[in-house]
Amino acid sequence: MHISLFITCFNDTLFPETGRAMVRLLERLGHTVEFPLEQTCCGQMHYNTGYQEETIPLVRRFVEVFGQAEAIVAPSASCVGMVKEFYHNVADRSGDPELMEQVEAVVPRVFELSQFLVEELGVEDVGAYYPHRVTYHPTCHSLRVLHVGEAPLILLRNVRGIDLVELPAAQECCGFGGTFAVKNADTSMAMLGDKIRHIKDTGAEVCAAADNSCLMHIGGALNRQRSGVEPVHLAEILASTEEN
Amino acid sequence: MQTPTFEESAKAYLSDTQLRRNIGHATHTIRDKRQTVVDEMPDWEVLREAGSSLKNRIMRHLDEYLLQLEESVRQAGGQVHWARDAGEANRIIVDLVKEQQVEEVVKVKSITTDEIKLNRALAEEGVRALETDLAELIVQLAGDEPSHILVPAIHKNRAEIRELFRKKLNQGELSDRPEDLAEAARLYLRKKFLSAKVGISGANFAVADTGTVAVVESEGNGRMCTTLPETLITVMGIEKLIPTWRDFEVFMQLLPRSSTAERMNPYNSFWTGVTEGDGPQEFHLVLLDNGRTNVLADEVGRQTLNCIRCSACLNVCPVYERTGGHAYHSVYPGPIGAILTPQLRGLEDEGAASLPYASTLCGACYEVCPVKINIPDVLVHLRGKIVDRKKRAGGLNAKSDPEYIGMRLMARAFKSRSRYERAQKMARVGQKFFVKDGTISKLPGELSGWTAMRDLKPIPNQTFREWWGDRDE
Amino acid sequence: MSEAKKAILEKIRNALGEVPRQERPEDITVPRHYRQQGNRAAGEVVALFAGRVGEYKATVQRVNANALAGVIAESCRREGVEKLVVPDGFPGEWLPGDEDDNVRLLHDKPGEPLSHRALDDSDGVITTCALGVAQTGTIILDAGAGQGRRVLTLLPDYHLCIVKEEQIVELVSEGFTHFEQAVREEGPPITFISGPSATSDIELSRVEGVHGPRRLEVLIVQE
Repeated sequence: MHISLFITCFNDTLFPETGRAMVRLLERLGHTVEFPLEQTCCGQMHYNTGYQEETIPLVRRFVEVFGQAEAIVAPSASCVGMVKEFYHNVADRSGDPELMEQVEAVVPRVFELSQFLVEELGVEDVGAYYPHRVTYHPTCHSLRVLHVGEAPLILLRNVRGIDLVELPAAQECCGFGGTFAVKNADTSMAMLGDKIRHIKDTGAEVCAAADNSCLMHIGGALNRQRSGVEPVHLAEILASTEEN
Repeated sequence: MQTPTFEESAKAYLSDTQLRRNIGHATHTIRDKRQTVVDEMPDWEVLREAGSSLKNRIMRHLDEYLLQLEESVRQAGGQVHWARDAGEANRIIVDLVKEQQVEEVVKVKSITTDEIKLNRALAEEGVRALETDLAELIVQLAGDEPSHILVPAIHKNRAEIRELFRKKLNQGELSDRPEDLAEAARLYLRKKFLSAKVGISGANFAVADTGTVAVVESEGNGRMCTTLPETLITVMGIEKLIPTWRDFEVFMQLLPRSSTAERMNPYNSFWTGVTEGDGPQEFHLVLLDNGRTNVLADEVGRQTLNCIRCSACLNVCPVYERTGGHAYHSVYPGPIGAILTPQLRGLEDEGAASLPYASTLCGACYEVCPVKINIPDVLVHLRGKIVDRKKRAGGLNAKSDPEYIGMRLMARAFKSRSRYERAQKMARVGQKFFVKDGTISKLPGELSGWTAMRDLKPIPNQTFREWWGDRDE
Repeated sequence: MSEAKKAILEKIRNALGEVPRQERPEDITVPRHYRQQGNRAAGEVVALFAGRVGEYKATVQRVNANALAGVIAESCRREGVEKLVVPDGFPGEWLPGDEDDNVRLLHDKPGEPLSHRALDDSDGVITTCALGVAQTGTIILDAGAGQGRRVLTLLPDYHLCIVKEEQIVELVSEGFTHFEQAVREEGPPITFISGPSATSDIELSRVEGVHGPRRLEVLIVQE
C-alpha cells in the first residue's frame, strides 16, 4: 500500500524519532511510505483554543497536500481526531462548499497508526521485540474521540520480550489538554500528580502512549522527579526488533 | 456582574486537602455505581438517542410546546405565570406567598430557585424559605453555597455537619453517624412540614400534552412539600418540557441511573394540576426564561438545554474531581456548568468566560451524558466565541495578549512550508537560552506554569523532515 | 397575553430562525427500539420484582391469598403497629381483627379525612397499589381504591403495601404505558415508590428513612 505519512508538526519538530520509527515499521511490513513535504500543522491547537478562523487555511492546506493520497497515517490520536471529527465544523464555518466536499472526501482515508494496523491492515503482530517492562496510557483522544479501543494493546501484547503491566485508573486524563496545561496549570498539575503516582506504582521502565503531546506532559514530570521511567511512543516500541 | 475566574478560584480549592478527599471519594463511589447500573441496560444507547431526539424536538418547537403546557395546566386547575428573568420570577412568587399571609415556606431542592436567588428575595419581604432536602438544609444552615448538582453538601464531611447541627439545631448531644444526623433533620423538619401553608418546588419535567409535573427525589421531603401545603408554587426553566406522558419511559430510565446511580430513586411524584381532596388545592407554575432563550439562539450551544441535571458529568470530570464545585462560581458546576453558565450569564462576565477553558477536552462527560450533550464540542465552540469577541473588541489589550500574539505568529508560520521550516530552525536556536544540562526546567511568563512541575525536552538537532531529506538523497 | 409571555415567545421564535416554517415536531424522529415489552415468563417477573424490592432494604414476603390476613396481623405485631391507617376502599377481610390484635384502625374516608396530626401520630399505613415494576422494584400508587390520598403513605413511619402478582409488569416502559389514558383523562396524582425514603447526602453513605416512611414492607399475593 502507498502510505502518506501525516507526521504532525509536533512530532516533526519535537519527536522526530517517532516519525523515523513509523517509516521503519511500515516499510518492514512491506508498504511504500511517502512524506509530502508541504504539510505543516492540522490546526488542532488553534481550533481547540478558540482561534477557529485561523484554522480554516490550515484545513485547506491539509486537503490540498493529502487530497490524492491512498491512506494518510499519523502517529497522533489527537491530530487524527482533529481531522476526522472536527474538520467538518471548520469547513462549515468557512461557508465554502468546495472545502466541505474536500473534507468529506479525505476524512475516511485518515488513520491513527494503531487503528490503521489492526483495523485496516488486519495486522496484530508486527514482529517487534522490546525487552522492557511497559505500561500503556490510553490517551483521551485515542479512547473517546477516535475510539481506538483495544488496538494499541493488541499490538503491544504481541511484542516479543515485553512485560506489559496494566496502569491503574488508566482511562483518566493526564491533565495535558493543550493550552489547559498552561492556563489552568494548577489543576493540570493535580491531575498529572495522580497519573504519575499510578505510573510509578506499576514499576514500569517505560510509559507508552499513542500521543507524544500527552507523553511530553507525563515525561516532563517523570523527568523532574528523576523517576527513571521513560516516556516512549507506541510507534517506537512497534518498530524495535532484535537487530534494531 | 463580574465573578472571579476559574483559574484564580481553583488554586485555593486545590490546596484544600480535606475538600479534595471528600470530593474524590464521592465522585469515584458514584461513578463506579453508575457504571454498574448502566451496564445492566442492553438498550442504554437507544435510550440516550431517544432522550436526545425528544429534547431536540422540544427545543425546535419550544413556543408551541409551552403554549400547549400552559393550556393543559389550566385545564387541570393550575395557574401559569411567565417570567423573563430572575427579578420577575421572584416578584411573582413573593406576591403569591404574601397573598397567603405566611412567614415561612417549605422548599424542595431546586437549582432553578438557587439560580434566581429566591430565598434572598423572600427574606427581603420577611418570609423565611426553609430548605428541606438534607444537603440543602446543611448548606443553608452553614450560609454556604451548593457545590454539586445532586449532593450539594458533598464538600462537607460528617464531623463538619455534626458541628453545624449542634450549633444551629440546638442539638447538644449528637454523634457524627449519618443515621443520627439524618434523624436530627427529620425531627426538626417534621414540625415544619405539618404546619406549612405554602410549598415551593422546582420541576424535573413537565409534560406538554397533559400538564403533568414531575419531581424526582429520595428523602420524601419532595412529597411533603408537594402534598401537605394548601398552596404549591413550582418554578421551572422553559426547557424542562417533554412532549407526552409516555416519554417518561425514556427519561425516567435515563435519569435515576445517571444521577443517583440507582435503578429507580425512592420517590417520583407526578401531579396534574389540582386533585380535589388530595394535596394542594392551589397550584401555580412559573415558567422562567432568565437567559435560556439566548442559549436557544445558538445552534451549537442549544443542546445545553437538553440537560436533565443528573450530574453524571460532574462525577466523571477530572477537573471537577480536583477543584470541587465552588471554583465554578455558579449553581451549575462541573462540565455542564462550564457550558451553561457562560451562556446564561453572557461572556462579558470574565469569570463565566473563563469556564470553557476549565477542561482538557478529555471527553469523559460526553460519554456519560444521558441526553448526549456534546460538552467538549460546545466548550470549543464557546472558546471560539470568546476569542472572536476579543478580536472584535480589539484594542491594545487583545493585541498585547501573549496567547493572541503566539497564535497569530504560529498561524502565519503554518501557512507556507518555507515559513514553517524557518520557524522550526528559529525555535531550535531560541531555546538555547533556557536549556541547561540537556533539559528545560524554567520558562518565563505565561509558560512558567508548565515548568513549575514538568521539565521540557529541548528540540532535537534534526527535524523529521530534515532526516527525510537526507535519507532521500 | 401578559407582556412577559409575549416577550418570551417572541425571543423563542427569533432564536429558532433556522427551523423551517413547515417543520412539525413529529418530523424530528425519535428512535423507539428500546425495550418496551418484557419477555420474561410471569413467574420470573414476580421473582425479579421480589428481589429488586428487597435490594432497597424493604421487607418482602410472598403470600398466599388465603393466608394474607394472618400475615398482615403478624406484620403489624412485629412492627409494633397499634394505630393503623386504612384508606377508603381497602378490602376489609384482610384487616386485622379488633379483638385479639392490639391494632386500632384509623379509617380515612371521603368527607371525613384524617388530619395531618392524626396521620403523624399513627404507627403505620396499609395500602394496595396500582402496579408493580419488576425491572426497578417499584410500586406505583395512583390514589385509587385501597390506596387513598398521597399523604396517607407519607406521614406514617411504616408502609405495608399489598401487591397482587398479576399487577406486576416487567419493564419501566410498561409501567408508564399503563397510566397513559388515566393521566390524560382524569389526571390522578401518581407516586412511584422504590424502597423506603433514603438519603446519601452525607459522605454518600446511604441512610434509610429520612422524611418519608422509614420502613417499607411489600406483600406479594398469589391468588
